[in-house]
Formats: sequence, C-alpha cells, structure tokens
Amino acid sequence: MKKSILVWLVAAGMWLSGAACAGDASLLNVSYDPTRELYRQINTAFAAQWKSQHGDDVSIKMSHGGSGKQARSVVDGLPADVVTLALAYDIDAIADRGLLAKDWQKKLPNNATPYTSTIVFLVRKGNPKGIKDWADLVRPGIQVVTPNPKSSGGARWNFLAAWGYALKQAGGSEATARTYVKELYKHVPVLDTGARGATNTFVQRGVGDVLIAWENEALLAKRQLGGDTFEIVVPSVTIVAEPPVAVVDSNVDKHGTRAIAQAYVEFLYSPQGQDIAAKNFYRPRAADVAARYASQFPATHTFTLAELFGDWRQVQAKFFADGAIFDQLGPGS
Amino acid sequence: MRRRVLPGFGLSLGYALIYLGLIVMLPLAALAWKASGIGFEGLVRLLSAPRTLAALRLSVGGAVVAALINAVIGLLVGWVLVRYRFPGRRLFDALVDLPFALPTAVAGIALTTLYAPNGWIGRWLEPLGIKVAYTPLGVFIAMVFVGFPFVVRTLQPVLASLERDVEEAAESLGAQRWQTFFRVILPMLAPTLLTGFALALARAVGEYGSVIFIAGNIPMRSEIAPLLIVQKLEQFDVAGAAALGVAMLSLSFGLLVLVALLQRWSHRWAERAA
Repeated sequence: MKKSILVWLVAAGMWLSGAACAGDASLLNVSYDPTRELYRQINTAFAAQWKSQHGDDVSIKMSHGGSGKQARSVVDGLPADVVTLALAYDIDAIADRGLLAKDWQKKLPNNATPYTSTIVFLVRKGNPKGIKDWADLVRPGIQVVTPNPKSSGGARWNFLAAWGYALKQAGGSEATARTYVKELYKHVPVLDTGARGATNTFVQRGVGDVLIAWENEALLAKRQLGGDTFEIVVPSVTIVAEPPVAVVDSNVDKHGTRAIAQAYVEFLYSPQGQDIAAKNFYRPRAADVAARYASQFPATHTFTLAELFGDWRQVQAKFFADGAIFDQLGPGS
Repeated sequence: MRRRVLPGFGLSLGYALIYLGLIVMLPLAALAWKASGIGFEGLVRLLSAPRTLAALRLSVGGAVVAALINAVIGLLVGWVLVRYRFPGRRLFDALVDLPFALPTAVAGIALTTLYAPNGWIGRWLEPLGIKVAYTPLGVFIAMVFVGFPFVVRTLQPVLASLERDVEEAAESLGAQRWQTFFRVILPMLAPTLLTGFALALARAVGEYGSVIFIAGNIPMRSEIAPLLIVQKLEQFDVAGAAALGVAMLSLSFGLLVLVALLQRWSHRWAERAA
C-alpha cells in the first residue's frame, strides 16, 4: 500500500517535470522576457508555412527569461536550436563556449537583427512634469525609473542611450556624458533587476515620474493599460536597440534540425515575419512594412551601437564590467 | 539482540551519508571549485570592495535584527497558540505556515504591493515620511516575513510540553509573574528559542525572491548580497559569483556555529536552573 503511493508520487513528479516528450520535429527558441507575445504569433505563422511547404508538423517551444540568464542556461546545456536575445553580448558569450561560430552576426542580414526598437520615455497622463527630452530627466525633483544595467541587458541600452544623448550635444564629450549620466542615476529611486520589473514599479506601484523603456515595452504597456493613463515621449536623440537572433550550430547538428532552424530565423525577415514584428511594436527592417506602420513609430534621430561605441565586448569592458564606468558613477558611489 | 526499526545500521548509515553527500556536499564542493577560479587576491579584492561590504552589512545585519524580532514575536505567538483557546485558533495556527508555503516571489510582490507609496499600508506611511518599499526597511520587513514560521514552529512543541506545575510551584513559593517567566520559563525555552533564531537568521541571510522586489537595489544603500551574485552571473563571472556565495555561506556557517555554542551554554544553564 505505502509502496504504491510512493510509486504514484514518483510517477506524478516525473509527469509534472515533463519527462515525456512529443514525437514530431520540434525547435526550442530561447528568448528574453518581453518577446512572449511576439513569438507566440511568429511560431503559429511559421508552423503553418512550414506545413504548407513541406507537409510536416513542427512545434516550436519557447523559453523566456532575463537575456543574460538565458544565455547562461544555453552555455550550461539548455538545448536551444535558436536564440533570440536582447543584446549581441549574450550570444557572444555562447559563441565563446564554442556552441556557434564567432562570426554568427554576419550570417543573417542587418547584423542578425531582424527587427529593432528604440529607447523612449513613458510618462503619466498629461505629462504633469513636462518631460520632453533627456535634459528634463535631471531637473530637480524628477524621479526616473530604469532597471539596473548590471543585471538587465535591456537596461544597458537605456544607459547607452543616455550616454549617447550627452555625447551628441553641442560641446559633448566623454566628460560631459559622465556628468550627465551620473546625475541621471542620482534621480533613480529603484533599480529593478529587469525591464518588466521596472515597468511594474512605474505602472503598478506609482513610483517615479518617467520610465526609460524600450519602445515596444512602452507601447505594449500603453495598449494593455488603456491609452488614457500613460503617454509616450520620444526624446530628441536615442539609440537603436538591436536584439539579435542566431542558430545554435552545435545543437541543431545534434538534433538534426538545422534546416528548420535556419528557415525559422529567415522567416523573421520575410514580409509576414516583419509584419508580425511590427504588430508587436518592434520596428521592422523591411522598408515597405515600416512604411505601413509609420504612424506607430514616430521618427526620431537615432544612433547605433557601432557608430558611437563599437561592439558589445568593448562596451561591456568600458561601461559595465566590475569597476568600470557604471560602477564608478553609479548611484551611491 | 535488540531489534532495530530500520534495517541494519550499516545500510541506514550508508544511505543517509550517500544522500547527504549527493544533495548537500556535492553542490557545495562544486561551488567551492568554481570559486577557486578567482584566486586568493581576487577574493580579497572582491570581499573588501565597499559595495560588497555594504551589501553584506545589509543582508547579515538585516537578518540578525529580523531574527531577533521574530524570536520575540514568535515566542509570543507560539505562547498564545499553545496556551489559549479562542475561536479561529486553528486558522491562525495554519496562517503561521503561510510564509513557508508561499512562493517567495509572490510574497515579495505582495509585500511590495502593500508597502509601495501607493499601496494599502504605504499610502498611510508616506505622509508621515516613512518610506518602506525600496529602502533597507523594506528589506528588513521581507526578512521578518520569511523567518517568522521558523521560530513559532520550533517553539510550539516545547511550549506544549512545558509542565505547568513548575510554574505553579514557582508561584506558590512566592515568585512574581515576571520572575516566573524570566527565571523558570525562559531558561527552559532558551535552547529552542536559539534554534528558531538560527533558522530564521539563516533563511533571511540568503533570501532572494521575496526581498528583491521590495529592495530598491541601489548600490551601497538598498542592495542585498544575493543580488550581487546575480549581477556577477549576468556578466558571466561565474567564479566571482561562486566566491561571493562561498563567502556568504562561511558567514552563515560562522553564525550558526556561534548559535550552537550559545545553545550548549544555555542547555547547561537550563539544567542548572531546573
């Protein structure tokens, strides 16, 4: 009697932990947090297309989490066929362990980023503090919410956007950028560990006057909460956030899924994939799709990471490594 | 020969040791091995950094104070639940376990919702100039929350087994109530109270999930030590993260040893008093 209960418990535990596997061809896309809605639609559309072209069913499994944590999981053996992360640095880390080629970013168009976003401000309805641009964020009494760049990939884009704004001002230099960003982080009362947490702190907890956010997060928050509680402010200068995608070579070879995985990442660049990206508030790369959604994405002066900072390895070493610039001028220092 | 309840000593001991080895020792060994990657100099630099020290001070200091509060309030709650009969007692008794059962992240989010400037409690404290969420005070409250059941649950059985005639004897010999409590009851409870204190402390030092949401995570001010570990991992600095983990573990272990010594001392004290 006792024994049979034990057997049942073990069996139930194994069932709960998902030990059983389905048969058909399947892909695992390891992604970061705010892409849930996007990839739910991409996966459905891609599976339908694959079926009509090849007659086979394909199921795509997703894993979401903080971008850096996801990269670490893949390094530690999470069998991702495809990775779609928040910044190239995280895929570089996977490449460093030999799971994919170091020049992965050259294998797909546009530096392997099928869609982009930018960094914008979310303010409360009516913009009571009159926030128009980066300079307003360091006015006395303004509280700014942004996640911690040490723990959040998305927050690193925010940091670089602010830095780049200061550089691009008349007479801007390393020194003025340092002063501006130091001042900016003095206005941050909470450094959440991730982007969604920061959005919650601003939206649900009522903390702060302005949230520095990815445009797609800001638009999503606005749509889900109704347009009459928040407004989006597009600053005069901002950065192009480029979340890249890649096929994980050693895993697809092991699983025999290279063809599907390649088709999947290429699908993101197809007219249909681009349209879905735009619907989910990511700026599409394809000019014709971008034109159709132009009203959704206000024009702004942007700069890319490569223009101002080089690549992510350099950025990481210069700004975010232990003892680097963020630590030197971060709050509390 | 005496019959044993469990099959043979050798077999039982073997299983117990293998299980402990696999579940506890192996991960700890892996942690120490990973940590060895940063070398002695790296470790010293890491541990002497002002930011590390500030975070450790908040994590350990907050946990000690939280465990002390829990020891006092937990004793009171345990006493009430064991000694008095009142409507809803079983419900209150069940409520004590809630911090055990609740996923820590849920606890953290719930506490933040309560204590945020626009939260149910926070909105009344804000005008008084008391900020709870996103300050060290918030961290402390989360630590009290997660540690609370440890004290109550360790004390309850001992409270229940206390012989009332000892108290009556003390009273009949003319002891005041406070004398009875401090000289008769407390010495008998002290070892258990210390166990509860140690468990609550150990839990609060390493607590991440429930604390992280209510902490402001501002370096040098409201950043807990486990967050530093997560940040190191985010930068793929596994050795640094492991080293910090080992440092925290050693610190907790040291505190536990200290409490164990106190316990032995209080045991003797209790025996002498009895």
